[in-house]
Amino acid sequence: MKDFQTPILVVQKLRKQFGLGCDHCRDMKPEHLEKNYCPKCGTVYACRDVSFELYEGEILGVVGESGSGKSTMMQCLYFDQEVTAGTVSLRSYKNGKNMFAESAQQKRYIRNNMFGMVYQNPIMGLNMSFSAISNIAEKLIAAGNRNVAAMSNRGQDLLDEVNIPLFRIKEPPKNFSGGMQQRVQIAKALSNNPPILLLDEVTTGLDLSVQANVLDLIKKIQRELNISMIVVSHDLAVVRMLADRTVVMLNGNIIESGLTDQILEDPQHPYTQELVYSLL
Amino acid sequence: MPVLLEIKHLSKSFTIHSINKEIQASQDISFSLNKGEFIGIVGKSGSGKSTILKCIYRSYLASKGEIWYDSAEFGLINMVTAKERQITYLRRYEIGYVSQFLNVMPRTNALEIVEQALLDTGNGIEYSREQATKILTHFELDESLWDSYPNNFSGGEKLRLNIARAMVKRPRLLLLDEPTASLDNASKLRVRELIEQLKSEGTTMLGIFHDIEFMEGVCDKQINISQGKLL
Repeated sequence: MKDFQTPILVVQKLRKQFGLGCDHCRDMKPEHLEKNYCPKCGTVYACRDVSFELYEGEILGVVGESGSGKSTMMQCLYFDQEVTAGTVSLRSYKNGKNMFAESAQQKRYIRNNMFGMVYQNPIMGLNMSFSAISNIAEKLIAAGNRNVAAMSNRGQDLLDEVNIPLFRIKEPPKNFSGGMQQRVQIAKALSNNPPILLLDEVTTGLDLSVQANVLDLIKKIQRELNISMIVVSHDLAVVRMLADRTVVMLNGNIIESGLTDQILEDPQHPYTQELVYSLL
Repeated sequence: MPVLLEIKHLSKSFTIHSINKEIQASQDISFSLNKGEFIGIVGKSGSGKSTILKCIYRSYLASKGEIWYDSAEFGLINMVTAKERQITYLRRYEIGYVSQFLNVMPRTNALEIVEQALLDTGNGIEYSREQATKILTHFELDESLWDSYPNNFSGGEKLRLNIARAMVKRPRLLLLDEPTASLDNASKLRVRELIEQLKSEGTTMLGIFHDIEFMEGVCDKQINISQGKLL
């Protein structure tokens, strides 16, 4: 219990801009930008100043409108995107050394051993023409496994865990429904036992009963494996079900953070209030 | 008796930005709750009763004042300024909250709902199942309902499930937010018996009741709230 109050992941002042910026927009002041876009030079400030902490076994919700920088933040954390500025440190990696400053090779190592990622679009996370089980093997090989029998067993166990029938595991995910593809992605992300799972809009576009399956699976993973997760969603109901704490993003900034029920019942920021009052 | 919860000059107002309005819900509330005591809060609708409970549970951020809770893990802690992570811990292990609404994961049956409360606090599956079974029997939730989803439970059944879920963790402090609202007289009496039982087991409780007559004889103290103020 002593580690209860020490964060496992710390993100500080993460910034990601697309474009070089000009004298007009470089200070990122709201009066010089339109939302997160510079009208003079066309630079987009997708994440301006994002800082938060993630604790062990916790699910952190990230909500915000389209274009608020949620996915960019996730892609930065998974090293899909090069950050412009900021630091990220993991307690279990080199005593909290900034991982953004590591070499590409080290980043690959971190990605394959410390993180699991589930993208909104399964095409990003899966090779659609490899079989489901090969997709899992791909991640296991990347993490350094070489024993085929062990990988095959692990793959079968994981796919069974996410309710993919055994007789379909040799089929490529392109034959699967959206919900199944999402579950294969989750199995793949879990394959290397990562301490942190990044989930980007995993239930968006799934029908309600499949959505309930996926939510149930996520909750089960949290309970049984004690994995910390960052769950990005624009669906407040999903975040309410899953997350202990929630941060609200707007135009590349975190404008509010708190316990999930407090964000929903007593929102402080004008935008959060608008968002919560829009809830059906 | 030692104090478990002390509220000092609690005020809460809501700022609604879209209409540029400030709503004052609670003003300068102070009282304390001893260990093993049961205090009932009474008052009209909209007088700010729930606000107090929600400020204690941190569903609302208090605007002013302090709420000191004597935690087993952290010692004396101010619920207004405690870290979110500490509140998460307290909610999981020490403080229970029961409202008239049941908020659960979709497609989870009654037994699983109670069981999961224990699994979440790191208990094993066998122990959790055993305790969940015990408490549902104890609260007389019909056994034929255990494997069904609570969507079509009656108000009284939902409430008993809700209380069972909060109680199975044996919280040091139980907050009851109008648990008897929308129940018929027979169910209300059932809840009363339940609360009497909890009290005799030593649970400290703070409850809101619309119709306090039902709780007479069970409450150690009554607190009257009117227009956000203590009477």
